[in-house]
Amino acid sequence: MRTKVISLIVVFSFLVVGALAGFAQPVEADTFRVGIVYSEGGLGDLSFNDLAQAGLMRAVDELGIEYGAIEPDSPADFNPALRRFAERGFDMVIAVGFLQAEEVIEIAPEYPNVQFAHIDQAHEDLDNVTGLIFAEHEGSFLVGALAALVSETGTVGFVGGIDSPLINRFEGGFVQGARYIDEDIQIESAYADSFNDPSRGREIALSHMDNGADVIYHAAGATGTGVFEAVEEEDQLAIGVDTNQNHLYPGHIIASMLKVVDVAVFTAIEDAMAGELPLGENVVYGLADGGTGITSLTDVDEEQLAYEEGLIDEDELEKIRELKDRVTAPHAERIEEIKQMIIDGEIEIDDWSETGRQL
Amino acid sequence: MINILIELGFALFSIVIALLVGIAFILLAGESPLDAYHALYIGSIGSWREFLNTLWRATPLIFTGFALALPFKAGLFNIGGEGQLLVGGFAAGFVGFYFTGIPGGLHVALAIIAAIAAGALWGLIPGILKAYKGAHEVITTIMLNYIAIQLTIRYGIERYRIGGRQALPTIQDSAKLLRFNDLAELPVVGSLPFIEAFALPGLRLHFNFILALLAALFLWYLLWKTTTGYELRAVGFNASAAEYGGISSKKTIILSMVIAGALAGLAGAGEALGTHHTFMSGMDAGLGFTGIAVALLGRNHPFGIVAAGILFGALSQGGLEMQFVGIPSEIVTIIQALVIFFVAGLQMLKWFLLKQREKGEAE
Repeated sequence: MRTKVISLIVVFSFLVVGALAGFAQPVEADTFRVGIVYSEGGLGDLSFNDLAQAGLMRAVDELGIEYGAIEPDSPADFNPALRRFAERGFDMVIAVGFLQAEEVIEIAPEYPNVQFAHIDQAHEDLDNVTGLIFAEHEGSFLVGALAALVSETGTVGFVGGIDSPLINRFEGGFVQGARYIDEDIQIESAYADSFNDPSRGREIALSHMDNGADVIYHAAGATGTGVFEAVEEEDQLAIGVDTNQNHLYPGHIIASMLKVVDVAVFTAIEDAMAGELPLGENVVYGLADGGTGITSLTDVDEEQLAYEEGLIDEDELEKIRELKDRVTAPHAERIEEIKQMIIDGEIEIDDWSETGRQL
Repeated sequence: MINILIELGFALFSIVIALLVGIAFILLAGESPLDAYHALYIGSIGSWREFLNTLWRATPLIFTGFALALPFKAGLFNIGGEGQLLVGGFAAGFVGFYFTGIPGGLHVALAIIAAIAAGALWGLIPGILKAYKGAHEVITTIMLNYIAIQLTIRYGIERYRIGGRQALPTIQDSAKLLRFNDLAELPVVGSLPFIEAFALPGLRLHFNFILALLAALFLWYLLWKTTTGYELRAVGFNASAAEYGGISSKKTIILSMVIAGALAGLAGAGEALGTHHTFMSGMDAGLGFTGIAVALLGRNHPFGIVAAGILFGALSQGGLEMQFVGIPSEIVTIIQALVIFFVAGLQMLKWFLLKQREKGEAE
């Protein structure tokens, strides 16, 4: 009897699977379709991937595109994910993060009619790929200078994610910016070996502060939340990265280095739709075009938005305002001057991803 | 025979239950379950190529499943598959790049042997500690996992990489494991009529899958056709009784752990030499731990594990397609976890039913 029941169940299960397979049919679309493959770590990192998604969503709202998105579980997913979009006739495929470089190089030439955009990775000799890269060293130079101006101990700190050319570029800008203000400034710098390890970030930040650092900049993705925690514990100051993180720990984050991945994604989609994406070339976003930069040192207009979205309350907004008035506003003019000098080419910043670390 | 059918029935039943419960989560995400499961089907076995890619995904899972199952037969719980896979993959990737000037076939073989040796070493250590000092293998293998992660991903890659990628340099061509879609380009084999079926773009199945099948045969033979296998199972049933019967339980424990480590090392070798062509951060992707579920679902039988491995391969290959139709990756992971959950849960039900039957027979 029991065996009969079990065989019935088996047959039933196959019927269910078969029926499911039969019913649903994929829909064909004639709108512009964009496929995006996020970097490892995926959405919810409060910086890089989330920014790319924000740009994509803006394109959905304003340009009426359709999209597909895949968050890879492991590096083995990159190849099938990218290929899937290309093969199903998506008009454009966006790869997020330098980890997918090999896969893009392999797949793009097989689908010459698909436009590829690759964030954070420059490409040579691929006719249907546009690399979208950022001059992070320029924005980081500004926050480095700000850190040196604000520091009372004459020691500033840096916490990096993974020791890689990309993050070296952040570090390099920061170090050169700080030294531009004060040649003898003490710089504590360390890498957490992970973009997703807040407790390690906290440890490193605490040890930086033990060594006298009173302003700490991070370029470490989700590891950075640990840095903020430590800074709040010890009542010191921090600088955020990629997106405006000033409201995450109100009263402790004096500024954030901006990297407008969202704008880059949106612009790339817009250009691709118009057939104007500079394929075969790399687009560099820098200080001059607002591709990298620094949050406002004087007003709280942007943080006001976080308040209106309910992310912070009125007291916290007030804390941010007070912090800016007291700590950063006095240096706003000087930073603006430096920014202009960088844009005009009067200050030249070494790109540590090319020159290597020069501590 | 009936027993096998019942086992199979239970396995399929638990999968069906998991998919039914999964519907609730898909609805929670505001998507259509029909679309979702259709995508799962299309993405995993819906076409010849996806089926072959499912086998590709299954390969490391089959190996790590073996790595749990064999010591399990001897009464040991080897949680160290992850670490054994990592050291194996690292050894293969290292030999694959830094040993140069070796002809093709030999280089691959050398890299694979290095992986087997490294994995075996990572199994030997907890084996010896268990056999001679009684140190619990769960603790020691977990700790060795940490050591392996730090040693290979943190220190190893940091020390030996070239450029910014969190990986060893790409291995030499001579060390690459043959992929099925390269078969058509081979001289003699390439002219066979059916070989065209494998010449698909984006097919990533490589010859480690064949090794996995051979390993299944080897394990089956070892366990049920040799004295060593008999001793191994005897120790698993009752170590003291086996010892009393003249079997050295120490030797058996160590041997089972060494073979297990070697098999997990092979999983790493396949990933490094066939899939990624390098050893890279994140390539372990929990394969060692998923292997535990694979072994459980496969009832610790070599052939069962092959089948279970293919099922889990289908889940991860099809999961990508589910994301493709808009199911968030979290929901996909939940559905994969539900399958594991119900596989384990329904084992309890089966145990209960058997008890009932025994009671009935006793009366």
